[in-house]
Amino acid sequence: MDEILEILEKDARITAQEIAKLTKKDVASVKKKIKKFEKEGIILRYKTVINEQLIETQNKKIRALIEVNVLPQKNLGFDYIAERIYKFPEVTSCYLVSGTYDLLIVVEGRDMQTISNFIAEKLSPLEHVRGTVTHFLLKKYKEDNVILKYRDENKRIAISY
Amino acid sequence: MKKRKNIDFVSKCVEKMAPSGIRAFFDLVLGMKDVISLGVGEPDFVTPWNIRETAIFSLEQGYTSYTSNKGLYKLRLYLERFLKERFELVYCPENEILITVGVSEALDLAVRAIVNPGEEIIVPQPSYVSYGPIVELAQGKPISLPTTEKENFKINPEKLAKLCSAKTKGIILNYPSNPTGISYTRKELEAINKVCQRYNLLVITDEVYGELTYEGRHIPFPALAGAKERTIYLNGFSKAYAMTGWRLGYACGPKELIAAMTKIHQYTMLCAPIISQLAACEALQAGRRDVESMRREYKRRRDFMLDGLNALGLACVKPQGAFYLFASIGKFSLNSLEFANRLLKEEKVAVIPGVAFGKGYDKFIRISYASNYMQLKEAIERMGRFCRKLKLS
Repeated sequence: MDEILEILEKDARITAQEIAKLTKKDVASVKKKIKKFEKEGIILRYKTVINEQLIETQNKKIRALIEVNVLPQKNLGFDYIAERIYKFPEVTSCYLVSGTYDLLIVVEGRDMQTISNFIAEKLSPLEHVRGTVTHFLLKKYKEDNVILKYRDENKRIAISY
Repeated sequence: MKKRKNIDFVSKCVEKMAPSGIRAFFDLVLGMKDVISLGVGEPDFVTPWNIRETAIFSLEQGYTSYTSNKGLYKLRLYLERFLKERFELVYCPENEILITVGVSEALDLAVRAIVNPGEEIIVPQPSYVSYGPIVELAQGKPISLPTTEKENFKINPEKLAKLCSAKTKGIILNYPSNPTGISYTRKELEAINKVCQRYNLLVITDEVYGELTYEGRHIPFPALAGAKERTIYLNGFSKAYAMTGWRLGYACGPKELIAAMTKIHQYTMLCAPIISQLAACEALQAGRRDVESMRREYKRRRDFMLDGLNALGLACVKPQGAFYLFASIGKFSLNSLEFANRLLKEEKVAVIPGVAFGKGYDKFIRISYASNYMQLKEAIERMGRFCRKLKLS
């Protein structure tokens, strides 16, 4: 992977100036390269990793992983039905997988009721959906390489030869 | 007969090795909160999980006994393969490799195995803190070979030759170096090797930072023509695999010397801990992918710190490896311990006074960049404030 991407993947807020310092390139060429990545869709967007479990708010969202069995369509394959599903704003991720079912989707909602409604009213009635199995998410331990634990204490002694 | 006080029981040699003001400085750092420490001599991440997991599994399986004095045969076999593939170094796992408790023990064994009382060992300076004392404990005489900032802290072969006499038994090399991060090209090493051969020196080479080389390829000393037969090569798992606390190193060399070292090792240490040895097997089998990304990360930090420090007037010779910068404080009127003390108290940044690494280095500080980028950035800011204040006063 390009070094600039390697740095940005760890810290999206780092400035072009800082990247230039770290990689010994000039700022203009770093900026140009980032623009190019953005244009080509290699960089899609810059995200913040939030540990939702620590937020105390009334409108916390809950999530469910849903296994979806579908009937693939002649000439359209899975892509057509996947598109029908992932366009719902409730769906935050959608994958085609191998194994006993076809699509694995992640759905987000205010509460269990909202998610059940989505499944009952939107997902299941779709013509090509044969069946669904829903797993409500209980606790997140690690997401996108980040272990969701508040502050790992430093175990090194502060000074040594 | 006069009654001995407790202090009278301490041997002359040990008493002489008095800790300097640096011990007090260390205690001060350890007692302070919210310090950004650039004084750490170990990697800033924990041992990769697969290695830790292997150790846990081995405990569950009941691997809790001694191993052979030389170390697990399996580990020596993996090391043989690693050294061959990585450096084209050929050592026989039966009698040319010894597993030790860290490189520190390996170094102690090597020195004790070769030194008769009064014989001289050349120690290039600035050097890691233990080299001199280890020679003294073996009743040898450490002979300093100072290197200067002008020489880029590299050994000058002519100066080396001038220090050699019939009493000189060997030399301790360390590259990439702690505290300077300096390493050598093949040509430079060959020039050193030539002098060593001319004066019949045994070379003890501590290459524990070898995997952390950012410019060029690391050339192990025994890979030079004619050097292997008179070199004890030391390496370990601490830096490359972030395994400092596991205390595991190894020595490779001619079988007569490894046999001599094994004799001391069997009476003093018996063997290295089996759990660490099993973990090291996993490190060698699976580990290299982690090493590569870590190396790139350190290189970026080095470049960032090098620019930052030079801009503050703390000039550094550009290091080729390890994770240290040896910065000059020649522009300020403080000595290294005063500088470190005030920097700690006034800006809460910890660095190591250069005087710890040799008498002539009181105008330098050692800065470790084994910390994350956010901390390094903050440290540079604080040091900037400190340096501006010093100039004004």
